[in-house]
Formats: sequence, C-alpha cells, structure tokens
Amino acid sequence: MVCGICGKNQATVHLTEIVDDKMTELHICEGCAQKKGAQMESHFGLADLLAGLADLGGGQFAKTKKETKVKCPRCGLTYEDFKRIGRLGCGECYSAFKEALLPLLKRIHGSTQHYGKSPTKKTTKVTNAVKTRDELQELREKLQKAIQLEQFEEAAKLRDKVRELEKKGKK
Amino acid sequence: MNISDLLNNQGEWLRSIGPNSDIVMSSRIRLARNLSNYPFSNWASKKEQQEVLKVAKQAIVASKKIKSSLCLDIGKIDPIDRQFLVERHLMSKEHSVDADNKGLCVSDREAVSIMINEEDHLRIQVMKSGFDLRDAWRIINSIDSELGNALHYAYSLDFGYLTACPTNTGTGMRASVMLHLPSLVMTKQIDKVLQAITKLSLTARGLYGEGTEASGNFFQISNQVSLGHREDDIIDNIERIIRQIIDHEQSARDVLLSQNKSVLEDRIWRAYGTLKSAHIITSSETIDLLSLVRLGADLNLIKSVDRALINELFIITQPAHLQKLEKKKLNPNERDVKRAEIIRERLG
Repeated sequence: MVCGICGKNQATVHLTEIVDDKMTELHICEGCAQKKGAQMESHFGLADLLAGLADLGGGQFAKTKKETKVKCPRCGLTYEDFKRIGRLGCGECYSAFKEALLPLLKRIHGSTQHYGKSPTKKTTKVTNAVKTRDELQELREKLQKAIQLEQFEEAAKLRDKVRELEKKGKK
Repeated sequence: MNISDLLNNQGEWLRSIGPNSDIVMSSRIRLARNLSNYPFSNWASKKEQQEVLKVAKQAIVASKKIKSSLCLDIGKIDPIDRQFLVERHLMSKEHSVDADNKGLCVSDREAVSIMINEEDHLRIQVMKSGFDLRDAWRIINSIDSELGNALHYAYSLDFGYLTACPTNTGTGMRASVMLHLPSLVMTKQIDKVLQAITKLSLTARGLYGEGTEASGNFFQISNQVSLGHREDDIIDNIERIIRQIIDHEQSARDVLLSQNKSVLEDRIWRAYGTLKSAHIITSSETIDLLSLVRLGADLNLIKSVDRALINELFIITQPAHLQKLEKKKLNPNERDVKRAEIIRERLG
C-alpha cells in the first residue's frame, strides 16, 4: 500500500482519525506521519501545557480541596477554572491567586517582579511606588557592579541606600 | 479605505527595505494591554466585550499617533476577508474564529495594527521592514503611552501589565524578528542554532506564528520572557542574538558560494524554472521555491527578478489573496491552477 498523503512511499503507519464524529482511516509513510504528528502536537496548545504547570506551580496552594475552590472576588474565576483553561479572568486574579501564581511566574519568567514601563495614567500613590521600585532596581544593579569591580566601600554605601529604600517602600 | 484597498498595498513586512533586509524580512513588536474595569476577553460577558470594543475603538480613533486607520468588526466580515488579514500578518489566526465582538484597526500602511478582544483587550502591533526593532519600539511606545492616557490599563507594581495568560504579564511585550535562513538550513546548521536560541530564553516559530511549521526557510524568533526585564533590555538581548544569527547565515552563504556554487546555482535555477513553468502548484511548494529564488536574487545569481516581485508573489499566492484577486471562491484545486497561472504571468 502506498502512502495516502504523498503517494510515493510505502505506507507503514496506520492512523484512525475522528473528526466531527466521522471516522477516517489513514495509511501513510513514516515521513508523512512525522509531519502529521507535528500537526497533532500543535493542537495540544499552550493552555494544556500551562494547566499542567499550574498544577505543579500551585504546590501546597492547590493541594487542599478548600483552596482549589478559592474564587477571584472580582470576576468569580476559581483556580480550578484557571487550571482548566490556562487563562486568568481579570487583573484582580493576580492578587487573588498570588500565592499560587508566584512559583508559576518564577518558572515561566525566572522572575516575579516587573521592571520597565508603567502606565501614564495612574494615581500619585502608584507613581511614588513605581519611582521607589525603579530606583531600587537601579541601586541593586549598581551594587552588583560595584561588587564585581571589588569597590567595596562604594558597595557598602549602596547597600545601605538599598536597605533604607526597602524600608521606605514597605511603609 | 476598505479591506480590498489593502490588496494594492505592499504590507510593511514585505517592503524589503531597512537594515539587513537580505536576511531579515521584518521586525515586529507587540504589546498586550487590558482595561482594568473589565474581565479579560475570554472571561467577559457578551455585553462587557461589546463595551470594551466600543471604548477601545473610541480611544484608537481619537488617537493622534494612529493615523487614518481602518477599523473593522471581525464578526461582521466575510471568512475570506478574515483569512486575508491573517495572511497579511495584521491579525492572528485565533482572532479570526469566534469573531463576535472582536475588532481590528489597521493604519500607517499596515505598519500598525491593533486587535481588540483577542486574548487580551488590546494587542498593539508595530511592524518594520528589515532589522529595526528600535524604531518599532519607538513607535509602539508612543502609541501605547497615548492610549494609556485615554484608557485605564490593568497594571500592578509587582506583575506589571496584567494579561490573560501569565506568560505575557510584565512588559506585555513580544519582540520578534522574521529571518530568512536558507543557507543555515541547507548546511544543516539550523537545528543547532534553534537549540541555542531556546537556551537564551528566545523561541523560534514558523511564518504564521504560534503552532505553525517553519516553511520556506523562514523563522520568527522572539523573546519568551516578559516579566523581570525592562523593554530596552529585552530588545538588546534579542538584537545581540539576531546579529549573531545574521553573521552565521552570511558565512554559510559565503561557504556555499565558494565551495558548492554549481549545486547551489542548480537548485536556485531549478526552483526558478519550476515556478516559471508549473501549471499546478500548492502554496507550500510556492513558498519553498520562492525562498530559493529570493536567495538567488540576494546572492546576485538571478539578476532578472527583483526582491519586490518575489515578496509580492509570496503574499498574492496565499489562498485568501488569490480569491480576493479573482473576486470569487476557489476550491483548493482551482487555487493551485490559478496560483501557477499568476506566477507564470508575473515571472514573464
């Protein structure tokens, strides 16, 4: 039997596909099967992958039954929903599921703290907080450099400044 | 302006001007943004989606930075038109299905496009021909700032711009570069390059984004990480790596030319010959052959075809483009015949 896709090689792989309740049989060669396999894998989307990760990432958070039923107070999405669809429901979900999301974000991005642009439209409180955060980041980078260059006196000064700002930020 | 007018345009990513345009087709940056007062698109009610569509459209139309835009309700347009917009890289494939309350605004010769109610409320995209992420960032940054004045974005100090999928949160930015790497594929070095990329927290995709196969030796390379690094740093990182890939492709081209010139010429001219004489041709074969002809033009082996024509063929031979050109529905077999006819005509 020749391959049903390329019509050239010997069919060695036999597939049964069910699309819209209709069953079709496919007899195809190794090469075409690999291509077909790649197509099938792409149906297995990011959401599935994320859902798997979310389970891992949730750690203890997701373990107890009570906690998997935690709902976002704003949009009503549960952590179970998130695991199922791989998407959050609203901005507030990030606070509602923070504990579970932190390890997940760490795994995806290697970080849990945003640096960079912030919206132009925001309250003064947020503006100040963003300023402190960016200043802190800058100081930490300078501190790293000073340590690398073995400028320890400078590093000590920078470290004190970082501590001071961190305290301020927490208030 | 309406959708069919785009047919006469040359989309930004196919203009083949700009830095390194022999290897880099286009540079693209997209930002994911959400409005803080509404649930994310997938979780929102129909009514909320409608409101987001309305509010976002108003802000875009009122914008001074986004000039003379074409705004479309995706749910109200023909499926062929939807596919046409996907083929032109103005919107994602996902945006063309379940299209109720989804919107798209296109402006500035297709360099700027904004999807409304895709996975996130706003997906802003800026495209530049050639290797020019910096300019793309300059443009998108100013558009985003302006829209951010009119709309209240969902943002947190810790997680930055909040997105439906946690893989996009932080900067909400994806910077990607579309590369044409035929020589790295021919010299079988491409797998090594792609493996190295993944280790540097970048990802490679095919011509049409997530889940698509690499075809015609085109690879779209983009950052995977969006949280924890500033926009400038993310762009720096990807630029540095892309520059290395360009160098590798260049030296692979040099090696092929100096050591295997006749084999290379044979492949390129055969591709050209097939395109000039085929009477039935699929879109995937077309892309593969055009890729070789493009290489021939870049290496100055084929002098009679310029890159603008090759780029035009890339796009007008896509299924929805063919049907728009012919102004009627064509089944796959009819398309393969029509496609071959158009290519023969244009290549003379």
